[in-house]
Amino acid sequence: MRIQAERLSYSYQAGSSFSAYALKDVTLTIEEGEFFGIIGHTGSGKSTFVQHLNALIKLPTADKKFKPKKPKKGQPAPVYPSLVIGKYDLGDKKTNFKELRSKVGIVFQYPEYQLFAESVYDDVAFGLKNFRSELSEEEKTVLVRDAISAVGLDYESVKDASPFDLSGGQKRRVAIAGVIVTRPEILILDEPAAGLDPLGKKEIMELLHSLHRDWCKTVIIVSHDMDEISENCTRAAVFSHGELKFVLPPSELFLHDEELKALDLDIPVTAKVRLALKAKGIDVQTDFTEEDFAEKVLAYYKGVRA
Amino acid sequence: MKAVEFENVSFSYQREDDENRKFAVKNVNLSVEEGEFVAVLGHNGSGKSTLARLANALLQAQEGKIIVMGMDVSDPAMQFEVRKNVGIVFQNPDNQTVASIVEDDIAFGPENIGVPREEIGRRIEKALSDVGMTQYRDRMTSALSGGQKQRVAIAGVLAINPKVMILDESTAMLDPKGRREIMQVVKRLNREEGMTILLITHFMEEALLADRAIVMNRGEIVMQGTPDEIFERHEELETYNLTLPGIGALCKKLQDGGMPVPYVLTPEELAEEIAKCVFRQNG
Amino acid sequence: MKDIAFGQYYPVSSFVHKLDPRFKIVALITYIVAIFLANNYYGMAVCALGFFLIVLCSRVPFKKVFRSVKGIFVLLIFTAVLQIFFYQESENAKVWQWWIFTVSDESLLHAGFLVLRLALLVMVASILTFTTTPVALTDGLESLLYPLKLIRFPVHELALIMSIALRFIPTLMEETERIMNAQKARGADFESGSLLSRAKAVIPILIPLLISSFRRAEELGDAMDARCYAGSKVRTKYKKLKFSWRDLVGLLVIAAIVVGVVFLKRFGAV
Repeated sequence: MRIQAERLSYSYQAGSSFSAYALKDVTLTIEEGEFFGIIGHTGSGKSTFVQHLNALIKLPTADKKFKPKKPKKGQPAPVYPSLVIGKYDLGDKKTNFKELRSKVGIVFQYPEYQLFAESVYDDVAFGLKNFRSELSEEEKTVLVRDAISAVGLDYESVKDASPFDLSGGQKRRVAIAGVIVTRPEILILDEPAAGLDPLGKKEIMELLHSLHRDWCKTVIIVSHDMDEISENCTRAAVFSHGELKFVLPPSELFLHDEELKALDLDIPVTAKVRLALKAKGIDVQTDFTEEDFAEKVLAYYKGVRA
Repeated sequence: MKAVEFENVSFSYQREDDENRKFAVKNVNLSVEEGEFVAVLGHNGSGKSTLARLANALLQAQEGKIIVMGMDVSDPAMQFEVRKNVGIVFQNPDNQTVASIVEDDIAFGPENIGVPREEIGRRIEKALSDVGMTQYRDRMTSALSGGQKQRVAIAGVLAINPKVMILDESTAMLDPKGRREIMQVVKRLNREEGMTILLITHFMEEALLADRAIVMNRGEIVMQGTPDEIFERHEELETYNLTLPGIGALCKKLQDGGMPVPYVLTPEELAEEIAKCVFRQNG
Repeated sequence: MKDIAFGQYYPVSSFVHKLDPRFKIVALITYIVAIFLANNYYGMAVCALGFFLIVLCSRVPFKKVFRSVKGIFVLLIFTAVLQIFFYQESENAKVWQWWIFTVSDESLLHAGFLVLRLALLVMVASILTFTTTPVALTDGLESLLYPLKLIRFPVHELALIMSIALRFIPTLMEETERIMNAQKARGADFESGSLLSRAKAVIPILIPLLISSFRRAEELGDAMDARCYAGSKVRTKYKKLKFSWRDLVGLLVIAAIVVGVVFLKRFGAV
């Protein structure tokens, strides 16, 4: 499913004196199959954008009470924000939003804090109970088992355990299983590695790649960590003060180091070394992954040597 | 004078008569000089946070001895004095704020130890300026960003005038901007105010600011040295589930590819080393 | 969730904000007594006038104050309906009757009176929390309840518990919203279905919220211990409560309201 957002705007407390744009005129297309990154500070609009994708925030035209304004004479008809994901038009109140939500999964920050059921099985099955109540118990069991295995846990040994007895990393995996159990085509994760130690981070990113390969066509991560973005993403969008500033593959995005710095955003380590090298007259072209950067530096070194 | 001293300290969360009890901290020997900046590294569950709670008498060691600023932590009569001398900043900024207004929250510590009113006012002012939050004195704590909340938490500890400040993964829940803010404050407190700092973290790059780094694994201290020395032994670090900061991983890749760069800690140093190699080749 | 205005301090500087919290608490109680003393619309008008004066002097927007009624809206409607249909005093002023339901001029007047009384009550109480920081509020309470210490009532602890509870309202509200969003994304439905299924739908929110509250409480306890909290023994207070000329002015206003209400009682009850 392709995500097409056009002129997406959203303001909190619309109409009151506090009204501030959380999202302003955002037009963005995310293709099926991407491993997409979303970058921005707290309050940059990235969370508001993500919540639109799952219809947690609905477009004004999807509101039950919505009536289109009649254009005044001589003026063009008003243009409303639009958001289309696959066959679902999120601006249409007749859209089956429940079905959409089962196709677009969101894993929020620190998802382990949403666990509630008595057993890991019940918690993971929660989404199925809500979205796919027509399934038989056997069918559900198969889906739950697959989801738990997909996040790298041993189904037999955890299914009856209380989710609260698991370790922090395991809890997070259970929470992710609880989202992917409905087989969403798009999986969105807000800061999936937050609070984890370096090894935990590495493992979670590996998990996301395996899910991207075998499970969900599109993966979108919201992250502060520029190394995470440069190492993993096909493209990344940068939000600031509700506006979309860049949508580029990391290899091009991190050439804009000055602009990113002006937005108070970091750049990956590779980009920092590249800049410092450039100042010394050594210009290396790279896509900013560690692998590629090391390769290019070595090639330069050997080229010079030869 | 030694600020903090651990002598053969062991601690377990299980009961003493439990046969297969696990030790969260095991045979730890550690001594931190006054004014020193020590980083304690370790993966989640390595026992590093238990260390903080032991030093502040929130937990009592079952074996060994802990001396803080010359006081025995196990002595109940000294507990209050120990806590006056060792402040802790915890991980979650939301769960250590007592009051709704910034200055009321900072006043909480000094109020507890009976500081007179006028003096509390002065301490609030000093603490807020130390963390760069002077203009936030009357704000609601709930409206602050994570980094700001954490700076208020530091100010709340500073207002007690401790000699030692322990930061127990205080940056783990912050974004990079908030993390930078905190590290700047900590660095300044150590360099300019001479505050003894015990920084508990799993962000390897934060350890770079320290005079000394300690690596914990399964409750034991397994490595000790300057940050440079520790990162030099990256293969050993990896066995403790710690990976090098991005820059170290890059050094390793270059070395593996046949480029004789040493281990360095900052992007600028690495660029310097790469340039040296290149120009050496060039003649 | 953001509609819950009650209990949220509104940070501006105003005459009412600067009043001594002890005075404000006593004044609130006095005002409430006055509302209940008022037995006709004249008296209620005096109370309402006083209320508008207080809000004006507090610089809290009227909109925010009115919104605090939202929480008891159902209660207000319920009271009104009960009064309109079941109020029976005299049989002569019937407007409309069906089965056991009777509507009369009197019942309408009476219902309006009760609704006004309740609404004023809640709004004035909200002014107290809008204009007083939780710490000031609990300090005020602690000071007023001080005599109870003689009978070993834990006044300080009670006040501290209150201020921490108030401090955590915004945090827990945020958390609730976060958990709700997460469960909604997993298909939870809080808006439709029978009463029973809606009650059941609360479980996936309530349990994570409870667990996280316990965790927060534990961590807060540690943080307080680490910051040398040891009860009220050696404790000093940074903010000392002091009466000022403002409290004298406030006292006059409150006294005027009470005197007005008592005087107007002579015009008979509604």
